[in-house]
Amino acid sequence: MSAPIHSIRKARVMVGILEDKDRIFTNLYGLQDWGLEGAKARGCWNGTKDILDAGRDWIIENMKNSGLRGRGGAGFSTGLKWSFMPKEVKEGRPHYLVVNADESEPGTCKDREIMRHDPHLLIEGCLIASRAMLAHACYIYIRGEYVFERERLEAAIKQAYEAKLVGKDNIHGWDFDIYVHHGAGAYICGEETALLESLEGKKGQPRLKPPFPAGAGLYGMPTTVNNVESIAVAGTILRRGASWFAGFGRQNNAGTKLFCVSGHVNLPCNVEEAMSIPFRQLMEDHCGGIRGGWGNLKAVIPGGSSVPMIPAEQCEDLPMDFDALRNLKSGLGTAAVIVMDKSTDLVRAIARLSYFYKHESCGQCTPCREGTGWMWRVMERMATGEADPKEIDTLLDVTTQVEGHTICALGDAAAWPIQGLFRHFRHEVEERIASYRSGRLHVQGAKLIAAE
Amino acid sequence: MSVRRLAKEQPESFAFSKESQAKADWWKAKYPAARKQSAVIPMLWLAQKQEGWVQEPAIQEIARQLEMPVIRVLEVATFYVMFQLAPVGKTAFVQLCGTTPCQLRGALDLRSVLEKKIGPAHSVSADGKFSWEEVECLGACCNAPMAAINDYYYEDLTPESLAQILDDFAAGKAPQPGSYEGRKSSEPKDKIQTLTDPKLYDGSAAKKIKIPNLPEKPKKTKAEPAA
Repeated sequence: MSAPIHSIRKARVMVGILEDKDRIFTNLYGLQDWGLEGAKARGCWNGTKDILDAGRDWIIENMKNSGLRGRGGAGFSTGLKWSFMPKEVKEGRPHYLVVNADESEPGTCKDREIMRHDPHLLIEGCLIASRAMLAHACYIYIRGEYVFERERLEAAIKQAYEAKLVGKDNIHGWDFDIYVHHGAGAYICGEETALLESLEGKKGQPRLKPPFPAGAGLYGMPTTVNNVESIAVAGTILRRGASWFAGFGRQNNAGTKLFCVSGHVNLPCNVEEAMSIPFRQLMEDHCGGIRGGWGNLKAVIPGGSSVPMIPAEQCEDLPMDFDALRNLKSGLGTAAVIVMDKSTDLVRAIARLSYFYKHESCGQCTPCREGTGWMWRVMERMATGEADPKEIDTLLDVTTQVEGHTICALGDAAAWPIQGLFRHFRHEVEERIASYRSGRLHVQGAKLIAAE
Repeated sequence: MSVRRLAKEQPESFAFSKESQAKADWWKAKYPAARKQSAVIPMLWLAQKQEGWVQEPAIQEIARQLEMPVIRVLEVATFYVMFQLAPVGKTAFVQLCGTTPCQLRGALDLRSVLEKKIGPAHSVSADGKFSWEEVECLGACCNAPMAAINDYYYEDLTPESLAQILDDFAAGKAPQPGSYEGRKSSEPKDKIQTLTDPKLYDGSAAKKIKIPNLPEKPKKTKAEPAA
């Protein structure tokens, strides 16, 4: 729905396009009390029992109507995902909710703020989601490095147990246990089936799908894995109504979203904004603008390291949502915006990401295990200019051989940043290779092939 | 992937302290009785907290307690990079985030500081007090560049502030984790323009509400009209 963005922009007296009254994460910056009292005063745990009493179908229907798309990167409808769980619990086959708090996508730091500053929104969301999928137990898998966040979350859960908000015979009438589990530094455990393997006490190597977790997930039981943000917004969405949430953003890209802006902006920050906010407005209203002014922008990685970068020219009128970015052959991912200004050595930046994927490959599928290392080594040589111009095409060819040929999406994630670099900045790499040679022409006996 | 092997020199034995064992039992109780293998990562972590690194006898002990084959514990210990398989600095073990968002904001300068003050990565200083390594994204990108020191995050670092933190550790002080640029968390520095509406915090949100579009016959009808 909503009026065109431009008319809102003219009429507004505030920054951004989302008003304070419509923000879900009201303690995003930790300036208020994170505890139960503070959370209740901000509206958390309000009417939760009415929501639970309305039953499974009502919750799922309203989550679908809200248009919430999963906030972990893939953007799949959350309500629809919940509806895939079996409609009744079979004897000896308990259902599980698993919350993916293994936030490790470079650029992303939103779930961390939820867990340390608004943990009760997450706990309430877990209860509601568990009711919808008939689960009585929930595991929150938090990355091992988030030690402080884990301690905070454990403390919040303790408060919820003591207030009988969760646990056996709680005041909401839905028996529910919630546990925190932690990982130990493996990016791959953010992939849902690797996360389940890890939670079962194994190496985090993704499973083949099917069977999907809704059929056979944690311990072989029906399981749904959701991102922290997707779960934490559920309570407020149902409290305020699906149409309230659906009113933000463009068609099919509903809601509010936490944006994590890092890199070359004057004021890097997390901020909750309406979906489809123009990129330029997001930068200028919330992040103090690009370092050195708008004209100094070179490229943006708009959704965490796994999505291809887009050049500055495409950012002018760009709405930040799933569909607009997909049309640019990139993606919204986790809405982790990594901004790079003109001083950036893009090749070096992407080479570092290639190292990341090489380091984080779990080693299960050959194209990824061997391909990520190969791509990284070539990218390193591209970054110095030592490579051969012909290698660019070979490299791109290899990225397509890794992409789509692995069990999980890590292979794709390793390939896309490189493809994005060459799609828009191939000339930079070529120039670097050319100038590397021109500076060394006097070297006798060097095995170099003349540039074309 | 990286090749990770156990250290050559290993202690004779390992036993959980009373506190660690209590914590380990608490972890085990979180999972269904037949699935206590799930506790392997938390227990390895406890063993590391106790001894400073993951030792081979600890792997044996955990396998015994969780009734797992030793090789299964060993593969977990070598797969997950947070498990240190050799001793690290006792006073300060610095894990510098080096991935692109931190690199863009100066992680390379921090690396030079660490190299100068501690030495090459992965080597413990002569007094056994300090060591450092570069790690992959720690998930605090809005506060880049940053490093985790002994588990907690030190954010918005500069070469100067990092050097000061290391000096403080060396002097036996306990530098506070958090932002070293005066930020509370990941808000825009000195320019918070959102979440300023006092109505968000005056308790009005806690008043009884009527949930919109509830089904015709809710089981309980105690909701009042919206305030």
